[in-house]
Amino acid sequence: MNLEELKGKANDIRVDIVKMVAEAGSGHPGGSLSAADIMTALYFGGVLKHDSQNPQDPARDRFILSKGHAAPALYATLAEAGYFPVEETLTLRKLHSRLQGHPDCRKLPGVEASTGSLGQGLSIASGMACGLKLDGSDSTVFTLLGDGECQEGQVWEAAMFAAHRGLDNLVAIVDHNHLQIDGNIEDVCSPESLIAKFEAFGWAVFTCDGNDMEAVLSTLSAAKSSRNGAPKAIIAETTKGKGVSFMEGQAGWHGKAPNAEQTVQALEDLGA
Amino acid sequence: MADKKATRAAYGETLVELANAGEPVVAVEADLSGSTTTKKLGDAYPERLFNVGIAEQDMVGVAAGLALTGHTAFTGSFAVFGTGRVYDQIRNTVCYANLNVKIAPTHAGVSVGPDGGSHQMVEDIALMRVLPNMRVLVPADYAAAKAAIKLAAHTPGPVYVRMGRASVPCVYDEGIELEMGRAYVLREGSDVTIVACGVEIDEALKAADALAEQGISAEVIDAFCVKPLDAETILASVGKTGCVVTAEEHSVIGGLGGAVAELLAEEHPAPLVRVGMRDVFGTSGEFEELMREFELDAQAIVEATKKAIARK
Repeated sequence: MNLEELKGKANDIRVDIVKMVAEAGSGHPGGSLSAADIMTALYFGGVLKHDSQNPQDPARDRFILSKGHAAPALYATLAEAGYFPVEETLTLRKLHSRLQGHPDCRKLPGVEASTGSLGQGLSIASGMACGLKLDGSDSTVFTLLGDGECQEGQVWEAAMFAAHRGLDNLVAIVDHNHLQIDGNIEDVCSPESLIAKFEAFGWAVFTCDGNDMEAVLSTLSAAKSSRNGAPKAIIAETTKGKGVSFMEGQAGWHGKAPNAEQTVQALEDLGA
Repeated sequence: MADKKATRAAYGETLVELANAGEPVVAVEADLSGSTTTKKLGDAYPERLFNVGIAEQDMVGVAAGLALTGHTAFTGSFAVFGTGRVYDQIRNTVCYANLNVKIAPTHAGVSVGPDGGSHQMVEDIALMRVLPNMRVLVPADYAAAKAAIKLAAHTPGPVYVRMGRASVPCVYDEGIELEMGRAYVLREGSDVTIVACGVEIDEALKAADALAEQGISAEVIDAFCVKPLDAETILASVGKTGCVVTAEEHSVIGGLGGAVAELLAEEHPAPLVRVGMRDVFGTSGEFEELMREFELDAQAIVEATKKAIARK
């Protein structure tokens, strides 16, 4: 896909996110919308080696959504990539759906690990990176964390371990949208400076505008291709609720579904 | 065969045996590889031991990632940290996804001794037993621990293996194999059924000897597999004896005693007396002193047995 096509795909994913959360009547739109460009670049920009027709291909790269509440972003991406029908995204959070409120790897193809309890994805990704190295695989493991999630102590246990083991097949992306349920991360309990922290833990740190497709793509590619003995962290500056006017920069849209009227407005904002 | 040996002594060397046999076993340890003996795997196969430092939450997550890439991942640490401190990691990352992770800490129960109540984990069986997808194994001695570790490695999905620090008498012959979901009748009797696990097996056998001298015939069952519990073997025994004593180096709440109480209440109501920690924390002391202090020894089982029989 070229840059314009990727931007279009990111918009499709945002439309899917809004529709599925509206249909579910609950869920987490804010942090899903902020991550849509990152997810698009990974799955459609040629960064993540994957095959929706062969989800268990041993040679694939792995992606773990550590911020599991952004499940709508993952589901929209996987559906658009052909892992399951896009229509199925409208079953989100419903009884007997494969699209659980938080990702369940036992139910849905393409989901690499069950997440939802924050702070654990980086440890799982580190273990995968160890396992892949042990088996002589050159696959890369990506994981997406929330910035609020970086308040979890386990994130830093994992950061220490990954650097100690020289896991240069590991890329951690932080969706730095600056908001968590209770407000601004700097006001609730600041995890800053995330850049300085990852650097101090021995990681190679990249930064980019996480809602600028070109920047996201080039940063992800650079992080993936660098095998210099250090794990990579990408601090991606994003806007929570990106693309929906009344959700942008609003902590209140962390975990709330739009009503019928708001859904119309949201889809209009996205040109759908 | 040595007279006494710790169950933890079986851990590292059994992992090495499994690795030697070509099995994809790895261990993730949290700075206690010498104590848990996972160091033996690291000595033989350095690339298969992952020491995360004093970071138990990461230990479980790394094990999950190794399992997700096709490895049979064992965790280490002490039972108090390896279960309680990482309960959410075991619940949400391991059990919810039914991953091939074996939670196998050592130093469980009061047999840790002088380290005191902070380190004497007596709630772990309850914590692990309540988790969907988890199986719970409590081996009685060194040979049973070897068998339990092999059984865990060969059973897909999460398994908890509880091991201890103290040297305990050998009950089983070396090389014994154990089956998932089975309890073993170690001694047949007709007056009372004693269902025990772990270090309490030796105490139960001693109690049975003492009871025999008093003309009481006790059947001793090793419920090393607390979950899934072998209901058939236990109910068949209770059908014969009419009363039960459970014995475990663990709280009487939620562990083996709890499991047997649930079974009897639903399937075959019968008098039951539970020997175990009576909703209290442990304290510093030597193993044998603590077994008496908390009424976990053979003498306590004898007294419990008489109470159970009197209620028939």
